[in-house]
Amino acid sequence: MIDVKNVDKIFYAPHKIQALTDVSANIESGEVVVVIGPSGSGKSTFLRCLNHLETADAGHILIDGVDLLDPATNIDKIRAEVGMVFQSFNLFPHKTVEENIILAQRVVRKRSLSEARERTAILLEKVGIQDKAKVFPPQLSGGQQQRVAIARALAMDPKIMLFDEPTSALDPEMIGEVLDVMKTLAREGMTMVVVTHEMGFAREVADRVIFMDSGRIVEVGPPEHFFTNPSHDRTKLFLNQIL
Amino acid sequence: MEEQLTRKQIRFWSGAYFVIILAMIGGFVLATSQITYSWHWSVVPTYFVAHETVKVQAELEGTVDSIQSSGESSTITVKGEDGTFESYEVPSGGELLAGETDMVFPGDTLASYQEWRPGLLMLGMMVTIKVSLYAIVIGILLGIWGGIARISANPAARWLAYTYVELIRGTPLLVQIFIWYYIGSTLINQLFHKYIGFEIPALWYGVIALAMFTGAYVTEIVRSGIQSINHGQTEAARSLGMTHFQSLRYIIMPQAMRRILPPLAGQFISLIKDSSLLGIIAVRELTKATREAVTTSFASFELFFTCAALYLILTFTLSLCVQYLERRMGTS
Ligand SMILES: Nc1ncnc2c1ncn2[C@@H]1O[C@H](COP(=O)(O)OP(=O)(O)OP(=O)(O)O)[C@@H](O)[C@H]1O
Ligand SMILES: [Mg+2]
Repeated sequence: MIDVKNVDKIFYAPHKIQALTDVSANIESGEVVVVIGPSGSGKSTFLRCLNHLETADAGHILIDGVDLLDPATNIDKIRAEVGMVFQSFNLFPHKTVEENIILAQRVVRKRSLSEARERTAILLEKVGIQDKAKVFPPQLSGGQQQRVAIARALAMDPKIMLFDEPTSALDPEMIGEVLDVMKTLAREGMTMVVVTHEMGFAREVADRVIFMDSGRIVEVGPPEHFFTNPSHDRTKLFLNQIL
Repeated sequence: MEEQLTRKQIRFWSGAYFVIILAMIGGFVLATSQITYSWHWSVVPTYFVAHETVKVQAELEGTVDSIQSSGESSTITVKGEDGTFESYEVPSGGELLAGETDMVFPGDTLASYQEWRPGLLMLGMMVTIKVSLYAIVIGILLGIWGGIARISANPAARWLAYTYVELIRGTPLLVQIFIWYYIGSTLINQLFHKYIGFEIPALWYGVIALAMFTGAYVTEIVRSGIQSINHGQTEAARSLGMTHFQSLRYIIMPQAMRRILPPLAGQFISLIKDSSLLGIIAVRELTKATREAVTTSFASFELFFTCAALYLILTFTLSLCVQYLERRMGTS
């Protein structure tokens, strides 16, 4: 479903940094892949390349066989199929919770208002905040905001969901409610790529774990292998530090 | 550290404010009395609405056949020597000078009535409002496109917008008005005359000059407004599959608008005041109208004060409108 081949990414400002070096990965439909690694190792950059928020400098990124880096590809079409959840939620503060979820259904999916409303109600119930439909995002707690953000992405009926540290900006007592929504999604068979420091989530939900360091994928494997006997020294070092 | 005043000092300086204002007015009145300036405030209203006497004159030789009055007006019918009839309308309130069976000759006055006309200042103010409104609308459109172009990924768009802003901001408005007017009248009007068959009046070169000038400043206001919105907003919109244009329209612009509005209001107030420069290219806006009125009335003090007051009314109304808009956007 996602096929990443030999991707490089270099940032030039403020100074030249090679954020990704020769990154290749293959993610199957329905798979949940967790990406871990030290700060600055390129996890976010990797994830953002998957929906073209960053443009890779070399290689190929195929989503369902369509190459994102081919100039002929309509990137807006692909993005509608690839939902993204950000660390800082990025809800639209000038729109109510309901409007946040309705907007893209209307302008991208061209759904009728009643259809979009119906879908919104179902999703709000799914993430457990049906009573907040008319509220503006800044009035919600962080955990509630992140659940709205997940509902907003799901409203496009994406085939893939990308999560970039969805719980890192949350107070500890709210992390659980967001992880629960993500676990439900995983159980329903959603293809997910999740950057996170929540090792419990990785152990419980991930089909595979990718460990990145200095812009490279160092090690890939199922969580039981990963957390019990990693093959690389750098992975061991990293796991020792955080566990 | 902010300066601290005691309650007593505050009372003293508040009083001082009024004393200073009154002293300035008093000094001015005193000075005018020294030069025996005679005030004629009574002429000022005639420059807002003037009334003039309109004469209804016969156009043929004959006799008045009938005079019929209805509520609205009177109709005087004259029967000519050759048997033809002509009738003349006189609005109610008019004075009938001819009676039935009177003999009339061409040029005789049958009736007269008073007609109200907008005076010079009123006409000038209408032109100022008109020119400013057109320039504001065009300036907003230019500024929105300019602001979007300024931060576009496309170098042609970016550099064009940058060149536009720098050219306009780096030259005096007065010079720009001259350039539009003289290049306009010699180049554009001659080309238009040659190929299309009509010419653009001077007023429109004035509107274009003001609109281009305002557009450049609005461009910078819009650019900084857009840039003040967190980049995460664009990323969220784009990650949902919205196009660049859709994310600007639904997400960025509505949020940027709140920050754009206050500086925009200041810009439009400047525009209204700057429209006073258009007098030099023969557009009879408020300032030029006032100068014309002064030459016919000798009431220069009164008219220039009135002119200033009219500008104040226009600018103040505009800033009230913007404050209203701001409040409405703030609550939604
Ligand atoms: N937009 C950017 N411009 C310049 N450099 C960037 C940009 N984004 C990331 N980088 C750099 O690329 C490298 C990889 O960053 P990235 O954000 O992918 O790391 P990360 O693994 O997500 O780290 P973290 O855990 O702190 O989020 C870092 O050195 C970072 O400074
Ligand atoms: Mg990151």
